[in-house]
Amino acid sequence: MTEFLQQLINGLALGAIYALIALGYTMVYGVLRFINFAHGDVFMLGAFSGYYLARIFPQESFLGAAGVFAGSMLICAIIGIIIERFAYRPLRDRPKLTVLITAIGVSLLIEYTGQHEKVFGAAPRTFPNLVPDTNFVIAGVSVNSDQILVLVVAVILMIGLQLIVLKTKIGTAMRALSFNAQAAALMGININVVISFTFGLGSALAAAGGILYAMNYTSIDPLMGILPGLKAFVAAVLGGIGNIPGAALGGLIMGVVETFTAGYISSAYRDAVAFSILILILIFKPSGLLGKTQVEKV
Amino acid sequence: MARSQIILIVVVLVSLGVSLGSGRIDPYFLDVIIGIGINIILAVSLNLINGYTGQFSLGHAGFMAVGAYTAAMITLNVSSPWMFIPALFVGGIFAAVTGLIVGIPSLRLKGDYLAIVTLGFGEIIRVVLQNMEFVGAALGLRGIPSYTTFFWTFGLAALCTYIVVCLVNSTYGRGFLAVRDDEIAAESMGINTTKYKVTAFVIGAFWAGIAGGLYAHFKQFITPEGFNFMRSFEIVVMVILGGMGRTAGVIAAAIILTILPEVLREVAEYRMIIYSLLLIILMLTRPQGIFAWERKRKPTLSA
Amino acid sequence: MNGTPLLQLDKCTIRFGGLTAVSNLDLQIGDNELVGLIGPNGAGKTTVFNLITGVYKPTEGNITFAGGSLVGKKPYQITSHGIARTFQNIRLFSSLSVFDNVRVGFYLHLRHGIIHALLRGKAFFKEEKEIEQQIMDLLDIFNLGKFRDVPAKSLPYGDQRRLEIVRALATKPKLLCLDEPAAGMNPTEKVELMKLIRFIEDKFKISILLVEHDMKVVMGICRKVAVLDYGVKIAQGTPEEVQKNPKVIEAYLGEDHVPKD
Ligand SMILES: Nc1ncnc2c1ncn2[C@@H]1O[C@H](COP(=O)(O)OP(=O)(O)OP(=O)(O)O)[C@@H](O)[C@H]1O
Ligand SMILES: [Mg+2]
Repeated sequence: MTEFLQQLINGLALGAIYALIALGYTMVYGVLRFINFAHGDVFMLGAFSGYYLARIFPQESFLGAAGVFAGSMLICAIIGIIIERFAYRPLRDRPKLTVLITAIGVSLLIEYTGQHEKVFGAAPRTFPNLVPDTNFVIAGVSVNSDQILVLVVAVILMIGLQLIVLKTKIGTAMRALSFNAQAAALMGININVVISFTFGLGSALAAAGGILYAMNYTSIDPLMGILPGLKAFVAAVLGGIGNIPGAALGGLIMGVVETFTAGYISSAYRDAVAFSILILILIFKPSGLLGKTQVEKV
Repeated sequence: MARSQIILIVVVLVSLGVSLGSGRIDPYFLDVIIGIGINIILAVSLNLINGYTGQFSLGHAGFMAVGAYTAAMITLNVSSPWMFIPALFVGGIFAAVTGLIVGIPSLRLKGDYLAIVTLGFGEIIRVVLQNMEFVGAALGLRGIPSYTTFFWTFGLAALCTYIVVCLVNSTYGRGFLAVRDDEIAAESMGINTTKYKVTAFVIGAFWAGIAGGLYAHFKQFITPEGFNFMRSFEIVVMVILGGMGRTAGVIAAAIILTILPEVLREVAEYRMIIYSLLLIILMLTRPQGIFAWERKRKPTLSA
Repeated sequence: MNGTPLLQLDKCTIRFGGLTAVSNLDLQIGDNELVGLIGPNGAGKTTVFNLITGVYKPTEGNITFAGGSLVGKKPYQITSHGIARTFQNIRLFSSLSVFDNVRVGFYLHLRHGIIHALLRGKAFFKEEKEIEQQIMDLLDIFNLGKFRDVPAKSLPYGDQRRLEIVRALATKPKLLCLDEPAAGMNPTEKVELMKLIRFIEDKFKISILLVEHDMKVVMGICRKVAVLDYGVKIAQGTPEEVQKNPKVIEAYLGEDHVPKD
């Protein structure tokens, strides 16, 4: 039972990170109907920005950590907006596959540039301690401060996101756009602004996820975004792509399932399990857990 | 005899001729050329799935892996040059069966979703191979006999191209294009779209398996990692830059994109950066493919 | 008409969630009969087509065609039984040439399949030649022969509509369902189209189910008309009968226009 609870906590902490990345996929899919393959790399850039910013801000302090988060989220928001502006916007009316390939191209560009020795280099780096490291043991289950931070930050960001989407003007515009792009444009919504904002928001969340991931796994490298990116994508599909609470739910499920697979079956299959979930969900309920089924009208 | 068959025979005979004299070709050069032939098979067969039938598959390397491992296991156990072609064939069949297994459930999906699921299947194949001890797990298979020759590579590439071209250029084969353009309309024409999609997947996977077998007996050493997502992606890029559904363009793209990394060897450390940058620029400027020029309008269009 | 009709809808109902798009519909079409199906926007006309052609499955009721039930059959199977259709929003194979669009319709009548396409023997070329001849004959009848190699998407709008009809005819149907073929046409084109539909009925000796918004078109060529409103059949009969029916006038023009006696 203790073992089970321990795995559950570890799974939820990992899942919260997946959820943060998944939100970016889902929001972008909501407004543009396409899978931003480079999103996992923005997550990686978030971790690296955090790595460099941590040298500027006071270490092992909550204020310093807040500064690192804010700075890195801002940097990644700008990067996300730039990627959309230059790589995706010119292709907006093209077949989706063209955009998908371009997105994979952007992803490769970021990864290979990152691996270049004059940039980050291919070797892993140790991520600094942002907050004082303490371990709490409650009824035999150990929870460390990083895991608590993950959950707290994730919850704060998700509430913040929900407020933006539901209560602000730009959030309403985002929802309008994902409901019906043409109608939204006719209503005078500036589509480009909303899309840029969506990319910025999604990238900022990915950046936060990147730092949290780096704090938990302490090692970062330019390819670290690939697998979490794919798994977060699966989480978004699992929850129902385009659906914000769905992405959060999907992320948590993915984290827990993966941790249990690694713990109880074999860690060799921890990555394959993500794809198996994806395939099962797409075959049996492609609209995801919280998504609505759509029938093509003839 | 049909013109297409004459061309096929000529190409096969030329391949045989070149192959007999291949001792005089510089080995490095020959390596690149055989790599081109294998990529032609991969790209042309994927073009049937992606280009002609419109089913975006990102898992071709997975089928290739099945063919490579199957063929290699056969020749590693029964080492005789006579086993090469049967081994390739069995590898192709195994890959085709995998294509069937992957194809049937996936084909309810479209566009990006199908892409992701095929990517997932490709990765699962790789992870499974990585965990199978009897095929060497992550270390892969070594010491595969070197049976792949210029003749077999280009003879089979010609056969593969012949099959795809003849298939789509027939009344039966126009069904593939109909499925690509509009599935609902295709069904209303009496076309069983599922059967067509599965057919495309099975034929495409069969040839990916053949290419895998050729690759294994060319490199003599295979690992699961060699069939990862990047490999699938490279083949997709050949199809897209060649202009989806244009076999000649796809062959040209396969040639160029096999040579390009060799040329970029000069700037080794920037190679992949340049590759990805070029890819983005090409997608932004020539999304219909590098060779897609506006076809000359027939003068009959008066209205 | 005597014996069982060619197509028979028997108490067909389909619901989408809470919405009953077609309710308890009975409809018969006999051999070589031209039936019009009219009704205001959203009445459920296209949905009836989708039920007949297997795109949707009726929630309740039965559909029989030439004696066999169609319920649960896939669209491609239904086409092979002899029902062809056009779409309200044109669905041509846009990147294929005019010729190839029609060619796809011949798939059902191919004697030789995939093996022959690969072997390219005499039988293959003979059959392809025959098909080509038949396609050109069809295209010429409808004055589309000159567009043979033009991609369908670059055809003028009216020609696209006609090409869709030709493509449907290529499957050699017993029943042709036309969904608003006159939509977007100008009055002269509409007159042309009416002649064309009459001509198809005579020349190919098939039955036609015509959905049309434009009353004039339907009244001009159909001898039998059924009227749908909110998924319910509110009237059926000759054009004259239907036109006088107060329920129909109400559905089309609102209650105020019903003449009081
Ligand atoms: N797949 C579907 N899911 C939900 N509702 C549907 C679906 N298809 C049709 N409907 C609804 O059924 C009703 C009838 O639609 P239908 O398209 O059959 O009308 P119609 O008579 O063809 O109208 P129009 O003249 O505008 O073509 C409409 O309210 C429509 O919104
Ligand atoms: Mg309609």
